Amino acid sequence: MSEARELADLLRERGVSRRAFLAYASWMTSLLALPPAMAPAMAQGLAKARRQAVIWLSFQECTGCTESLTRSFSPSLEELIFDFISLDYHHTLQAASGEAAEQARRQSMKDNAGKYVVIVDGSVPVGDGGVYSVIAGQSNVDMLAETVSQAAAVIAVGTCAAFGGLPEARPNPTGAVPVSQLVKDKPVVNIPGCPPMPQAMAGTLVHLLSFGKLPELDALGRPRAFFGESIHDRCYRRPFYEKGLFAHSFDDEGARQGWCLYELGCKGPVTYNACASLKWNGGVSFPIQSGHGCIGCSEPQFWDRGGLYQPLSTGSTDVRKVIGIAAAGGVALGAASAALARKRQAEHAAADKKET
Amino acid sequence: MELLDFARGPALTVALAIFVLGTLWRLAGVLLLPRLRDLSPAREGAPPALLGGLRTVLRRMWPRPEFAQATLFMTVNSYVFHLGLALVMFGLAPHILFIRKLSGLHWPSLPSNLVYAVGVVTLASLLAVLARRLTHPVMRLLSHAGDYVSWLVTALPVATGLLATAHLGARYETLLALHLLSIAAFLVWFPFGKLMHAFLFAFSRAATGMRFSHRGVKV
Repeated sequence: MSEARELADLLRERGVSRRAFLAYASWMTSLLALPPAMAPAMAQGLAKARRQAVIWLSFQECTGCTESLTRSFSPSLEELIFDFISLDYHHTLQAASGEAAEQARRQSMKDNAGKYVVIVDGSVPVGDGGVYSVIAGQSNVDMLAETVSQAAAVIAVGTCAAFGGLPEARPNPTGAVPVSQLVKDKPVVNIPGCPPMPQAMAGTLVHLLSFGKLPELDALGRPRAFFGESIHDRCYRRPFYEKGLFAHSFDDEGARQGWCLYELGCKGPVTYNACASLKWNGGVSFPIQSGHGCIGCSEPQFWDRGGLYQPLSTGSTDVRKVIGIAAAGGVALGAASAALARKRQAEHAAADKKET
Repeated sequence: MELLDFARGPALTVALAIFVLGTLWRLAGVLLLPRLRDLSPAREGAPPALLGGLRTVLRRMWPRPEFAQATLFMTVNSYVFHLGLALVMFGLAPHILFIRKLSGLHWPSLPSNLVYAVGVVTLASLLAVLARRLTHPVMRLLSHAGDYVSWLVTALPVATGLLATAHLGARYETLLALHLLSIAAFLVWFPFGKLMHAFLFAFSRAATGMRFSHRGVKV
């Protein structure tokens, strides 16, 4: 539930010094690509922020997003901010269950009408009337429509909620769709990733708490500050790409030397996320650093784009059969053309002979 | 389906199929034609037909001395963009991967920055070719729409490849998609325009060389 308590009170209680808080505000300002002059405004806004009511809906998902956000790394200010928000409904984290849980959701909607934020993880199945995922007798599609009806904003967390993700992969048996396809009358922020980066989630919430509005978004509805640059552009292995030094397999000399993973299907050049700059587990590493190419998990339809290990510059389909048929057809057409020419030649020769 | 998915999927598949079908159609159509038999005896000292043909193929790689001065620009410039195209096409790692997936053949790549520099020179050279075609009165008279299409589908992959590498003008995935689509256009046009000279030049020169050498003509 929302209450009059301010974030500054909570932080003070938890032993966070003013200096540490200001340093965090400066860091977050920089992370959100805001001008440095905005840091004091952010600190002020954040300190005075009231508990934000949040309703978290989990649909067709694997709980990886929640795991990523709640167990990201050692206790931090992000964690305190997550503690600070009033998470009124969340399947995995809430103590209540059954009707009591649904009652908590409806109560929060009533108490915070027009002010609460809905966070969704997981795609929404709309096939066959939405029967493929039902919570408390209510289909996901109906629950989403009911819950967002009085929301201030919707945050789609993870690639499934943002773009459909794995449930939407071919042949998409449940008719899974992303949240943005169903919610048209509320602002929707997409924070994709499988899982999404905790900093992107925290940054969006901090922006909302500090300034009372959502951060600047890109064409796919993602916060530009976190999804504005490609993995390739920020990759520490980029110099090897420029030098033409590539790992050809996962256990060759190039792989051991830490060369570029483009040949092994890295999708870094077409993937926009902050993994390469912020990294995971408190800045320890990210997939490319641990020797595996980027699979492009924060992009739409990443699962259906021609194989995770297929290099980007190659076609996404196996064309050998098509080329075989085309080659046979070409030779046959050529042979037929030549035969026709030979026939005409013979006819002309016969006519010439007849004339002479 | 996004533009890049279309380019990497259906566009490339259809383009490659047309390229292979069209190229083999034309090659088989020409090579299976009956050879015109020369019943006259070969001039004394004439080399065997195949050797005569091969000599001409190589000899015509460079103009005869009397034409060297007049054709110097075109000769040098043509070498620049042909070699440039070859280096870019067969030297850049992503291109080698493309060929490897199709044929299984592969070789070490050149540094990407070097290929980029070669690409810039190649594009400048191609622009020079176009400028000459547009400004030279005889060339203008001889040129038809097909010649300009051939130039366009050759220059576009170079230009879009450079833009994609430099991330200029649009997001990388859009530029990569445009690059792949321009290659698809090149492949579709290749068998039906003058680009087919990449395969036919050897046969046409050799055929001329065989006839000339039979008659004792020095090439």
